[in-house]
Amino acid sequence: MNWFTASARELWGLFVDDGLLAVLALGWVTAAVVIARMVPGAAASSWAGGVFAAGLLVLLVASVVRAARKR
Amino acid sequence: MAFSDLSALNWAHAGPSMAAAFLASTVEFVEALTVVLAVGTVRGWRHALAGTGLALVLLAVLVAVFGPALAKVPLDLLQLVIGSLLLLFGLRWLRKAILRSAGIIALHDETAAFEAETAVLSGTKRAAHGWDVGAIATAFQITMIEGIEVVFIVIAVGAGGGMLVPASIAALAALVMVVALGLIVHRPLSRIPENLLKFAVGILLSAFGTFWVGEGAGMAWPGDDWSLAALIAAFLCAALAAVRLARAVASPAAAIRA
Repeated sequence: MNWFTASARELWGLFVDDGLLAVLALGWVTAAVVIARMVPGAAASSWAGGVFAAGLLVLLVASVVRAARKR
Repeated sequence: MAFSDLSALNWAHAGPSMAAAFLASTVEFVEALTVVLAVGTVRGWRHALAGTGLALVLLAVLVAVFGPALAKVPLDLLQLVIGSLLLLFGLRWLRKAILRSAGIIALHDETAAFEAETAVLSGTKRAAHGWDVGAIATAFQITMIEGIEVVFIVIAVGAGGGMLVPASIAALAALVMVVALGLIVHRPLSRIPENLLKFAVGILLSAFGTFWVGEGAGMAWPGDDWSLAALIAAFLCAALAAVRLARAVASPAAAIRA
């Protein structure tokens, strides 16, 4: 059981360091997929990818600044 | 893609895929080498190599069993799922590398990791005769953990765009390089600029993750595959800006505490 718990923790740690960043990034991904699939023409527009990427960059920088403030 | 089709590669895509797989695999193999070296030095090479070999065989079996199943998953679903995981994986690496570059958290030190592992291994019981299960388990565990990360990275950067073979070749090249360096220096590879590698890998994996998710969602990237280069540039600029911001934010806080 210990080995299983340690492995599960290791696996979780592969993807998640800052939990809030992970949740917000996945939320942003979900929102982008839903909008791209539901809103006609949204995915085909040339700015869709740029807006999606910009959102992720903002989340990353905000997470770094939050961590820097805490220390 | 078969090995014979390598001449027909789309280098706008294959270049970043191979670079990401090579650099990320180098980091993982260096970390595994540190622990395997510690096991070999303290408890004997027979046990270190047995644990490492066992893990490599198990990894090969896992890849052989689950690899072909990937071809059966619809491409857009594969890109969405793998892209999302790659994004989380890349952002985690990049965030940590930024914080290390800004001096917010300590740099990873392979020599210190080697000494800590050596101390632990020296203090634990070993079998008087036959196989040293503890030593084998230590080498097995680190090889499995780092190996699974390498397999994930190769699949993640390769599977979404038919680049599995180039990404696998790059990872194998990293393995050969790290093993050769380990054989030559017989010490942890502490002179490899690990944080710089992690910074670069974090940027590449985050850019790939963003690209795959966009592809999977059906977004039209301007310039198609070339937009990957723009994403890499954007993540690089944001990461460099984040390092400066983190330093600026941390300095007044440290001054107030002092």
